[in-house]
Amino acid sequence: MSSRFQSSLDIVTENDVRRARKHARTIAHRGGLGEREEVRLTTIVSELTRNILKYAGQGTCEFELQHIGGRILVRCTCRDQGPGIADVDAAMTDGYSTGATLGVGLPGVKRLADYFHIETGDQGTVVAIELDMHGNPHV
Amino acid sequence: MKVPILRHGGILLTSFQDDMTDRDALNLQADLLEMIKQTGDTAVLMDVTSLQMIDSYQANMISETGAMARLLGCEVVLSGVQPKVALTLVELGDVISGIRTVLNIGEGLTLLQDSISRPSEDETAEEDSVNENSEGKERASSDELILETSANEEVSNGP
Repeated sequence: MSSRFQSSLDIVTENDVRRARKHARTIAHRGGLGEREEVRLTTIVSELTRNILKYAGQGTCEFELQHIGGRILVRCTCRDQGPGIADVDAAMTDGYSTGATLGVGLPGVKRLADYFHIETGDQGTVVAIELDMHGNPHV
Repeated sequence: MKVPILRHGGILLTSFQDDMTDRDALNLQADLLEMIKQTGDTAVLMDVTSLQMIDSYQANMISETGAMARLLGCEVVLSGVQPKVALTLVELGDVISGIRTVLNIGEGLTLLQDSISRPSEDETAEEDSVNENSEGKERASSDELILETSANEEVSNGP
């Protein structure tokens, strides 16, 4: 049995970051994710949507939840039309930040996700992550 | 959303809420510093029991708030980090640093009450606290160990 659910949120204000976190939690419940995966997903979504606001001003956060047999797949894609990341390799390094923060955001997200992909240029930035569970989420 | 700061026996107690925005957190930071100034209280307990996740920005905010309160002369303790949050925080990166943490509010209050009452007590009281049972010792912080060592109690032998 397989099923699929998709949703999308506009990220324009700080309140949208909070909404995105809540929505991520809803997706986690709907998908039957374990407690730990739920926290991983909400943390990732919080980091990525916060980055949208901070570096691009606005963007979107899309969710896709799929059940394929016993497998649960959650995909989250954050897009913006901001100026892009000048040095992606540096941005993926712990401790690097252009924004006076800790600089663990993107590398941290990569560690939390099962799949991580980033594309960036002067047209904007797309970050896609996946959590891939095989129907037996460890709590 | 206005987050309240409670006073309990010389301890300022505040609780970070799960649905706080960043602005709420910044306001809480400012309110707490103002409250320290107004009351002259020297102990702060920041509770995060209700936080279902902590991202790097919030972690930084918590660490910063703690550092600021310490600069104003406060002993600061963080309580209530949920196990699932701790797991994720460590994966995210070592983002809450330089802050004393305990399991729950109760332990935090006990610890801070001890730290408030200690300076006014005499040496006998200090020795009493050293002779507490093992549970009490487990809770002792490195700060306390230094204080207790100065009360002629060898805690450990250096190399």
